[in-house]
Amino acid sequence: MMFGFFKLRSAPVARDRLKVLLEHERAFSGKPDLINVLREEILGVIGKHVAIDPGKVRLTADQAGQVSTLTIDVEIPTDLPRATAA
Amino acid sequence: MGTVLVVTSGKGGVGKTTSTAAIGAALAATGDKVAVVDFDVGLRNLDLVLGAERRVVFDFINVIQGHAKLSQALIRDKRLDKLHLLAASQTRDKDALTEEGVEEVIGALRSSFDWVICDSPAGIERGAKLAMRHAEIAIIVTNPEVSSVRDSDRIIGILDARTAKAERGETIQKHILIARYDPARAARGEMMSIDDVLEILSLPLIGIVPESQSVLQASNVGSPVTLANPKSPAAHAYLDVARRLKGETVKMRIPTGKRKMFAGLFRRAA
Repeated sequence: MMFGFFKLRSAPVARDRLKVLLEHERAFSGKPDLINVLREEILGVIGKHVAIDPGKVRLTADQAGQVSTLTIDVEIPTDLPRATAA
Repeated sequence: MGTVLVVTSGKGGVGKTTSTAAIGAALAATGDKVAVVDFDVGLRNLDLVLGAERRVVFDFINVIQGHAKLSQALIRDKRLDKLHLLAASQTRDKDALTEEGVEEVIGALRSSFDWVICDSPAGIERGAKLAMRHAEIAIIVTNPEVSSVRDSDRIIGILDARTAKAERGETIQKHILIARYDPARAARGEMMSIDDVLEILSLPLIGIVPESQSVLQASNVGSPVTLANPKSPAAHAYLDVARRLKGETVKMRIPTGKRKMFAGLFRRAA
């Protein structure tokens, strides 16, 4: 009976699992185009300072365990002049 | 102009239809004119829960396709003359529910009823999105259980992005209705508490409906629980929800295991 009592307190586990899961789901789901939005905006910011080829920008979002990573890979040509002065 | 309310959840079987029927009946009992609309094309059940399954002649799809007038399709409840049902089609394809058709019917209902309550199908597909489309208020029915809470969170995101109100840059009013709450199990730590659920979903609470025999019994006989078992804790919970929707400040009743046990004893004795 005592064993059962301790074993059955599973509600805190449920709550904690949900908190971790939803934090990630809120960041990356429900917004399937989040990556594209980020891509456009990041491109815009970088493009203000450096001329870049939109085709040479890669954006990936990944989730592993409790950590999410956003990887931005921008190829900046060294022989091109600066677009405009900041 | 009436208020359009959607009862939604994402997950199935959490109590959307039962809650739609009970809240509709509770609001109608206050004298407000109420239309409850079943959006679950192909799997309609609101008619059954309300005991009107044998009175459905025309449905929502018939109205959209112009085969029946809205006034012909609305079924007036036999117990509450202010309560009306617009049934879903049981035989048609869910694609028959068109965006324009829904907008037109909801618009017409809004102009002649105080409350238009849309009973959403489970899931996050077309039917669920159309049910929430024109709502000003959303009631998210949640059970204190992991999959239900996760799906509620998902549906909240969709409410904030895909409703007409959200697209106009306005905010849709959202409330959590916790259903199937078992106070004894929550006290023993076997079920998430009300606070756990609210902390995770961070939305205001509009009511707590305890898991109870009276809810099942009400649907068995085809009557909203507020009429079938008006003295039950579940009926009180729904009557309070209706009062809160009407703007009253009503103290939240937290179901206790004791009350449920005594109610059971009295029922058996009677």
